[in-house]
Amino acid sequence: MKKLFVPVLAITAAMFLYSPIAIGNAPYESTMRLVQKIFYYHFPAWMALTVSVSVCTVGSAIYLFKGNLRAERMAAAAAEITVVFGLFGLVSGSLWGRKAWGVWWQWDARLTMAFLLELIFFGYILVRNYGGPGAEKLASAMGIFGGATAPFVYKSVDWWRTVHPKTSVMTTLGETSPEMWYVVWFCTATILLFMGLLLAARVRLEEQRAALDQLYLDAEDL
Amino acid sequence: MTRGIWIALVSFVLLGAQVFAQPPQGGAADSGFVPLSSLPPGEEMPAAPFLVGAYMFFLLLMLFYLWTIWNRLSKVEKDMQELARRQAGAPR
Repeated sequence: MKKLFVPVLAITAAMFLYSPIAIGNAPYESTMRLVQKIFYYHFPAWMALTVSVSVCTVGSAIYLFKGNLRAERMAAAAAEITVVFGLFGLVSGSLWGRKAWGVWWQWDARLTMAFLLELIFFGYILVRNYGGPGAEKLASAMGIFGGATAPFVYKSVDWWRTVHPKTSVMTTLGETSPEMWYVVWFCTATILLFMGLLLAARVRLEEQRAALDQLYLDAEDL
Repeated sequence: MTRGIWIALVSFVLLGAQVFAQPPQGGAADSGFVPLSSLPPGEEMPAAPFLVGAYMFFLLLMLFYLWTIWNRLSKVEKDMQELARRQAGAPR
């Protein structure tokens, strides 16, 4: 893992540097024009959030049912990354919505559920950090609950009336505009690699904290 | 007599509805739709600040988050070194 970190970091940095050029060269969308280019980081951020929610849910379940501490640390790291990408997704969506819909926020199904998902994982962090003894188990239960909520957030645009575009935008993008399709998946790969690096760094922090706690316990026993 | 009053009343209501149903004068309905390109520059909402704002927010948020990870990691490693130093100096 450590051997991979530097090459992946170099590749991600190069991709990040190229992404503004790719976004600039992507065609304008016919109705929203310039502001639609927020999409090239907005969608990848939600993809990164989907991956981090999945990691948190699986890690939480492994810890809750098998007692694996490494899985719990992985879940905690992923929960924090979920909050970071969720915050960007909500803010970038709000900026896009102000121009495209004329409002900063709309309490419709997709936006409200995405906000609730963000709150669930924010709650996870609060419970884990300030919940006292046994907080890891409570937080893990919240992680599983958050993971169960995520599919409803994704499908909300198809199931209920909402101002947000439907999921079919992405499934048909390859046919309607291959140029946009390539750019959005390039940015998605970039942000997913970046998310992987953040996760590795954040897991390292959790591992070091656990090692420090063990050192304190050992010192008390002496 | 009563019939005359009824006819006058119904006529008044029907004519009144016609009068009050007139659109407000001087609005968009009088002049037709206005294309976006003909709006004065001050009334168009520019897209660039939203686009730049979104990407700047991403950059600042990620830099801040990386800084918090680095800061917390440095603190933990410093505590580990401090503990190791104290243990090495402690009487056995």
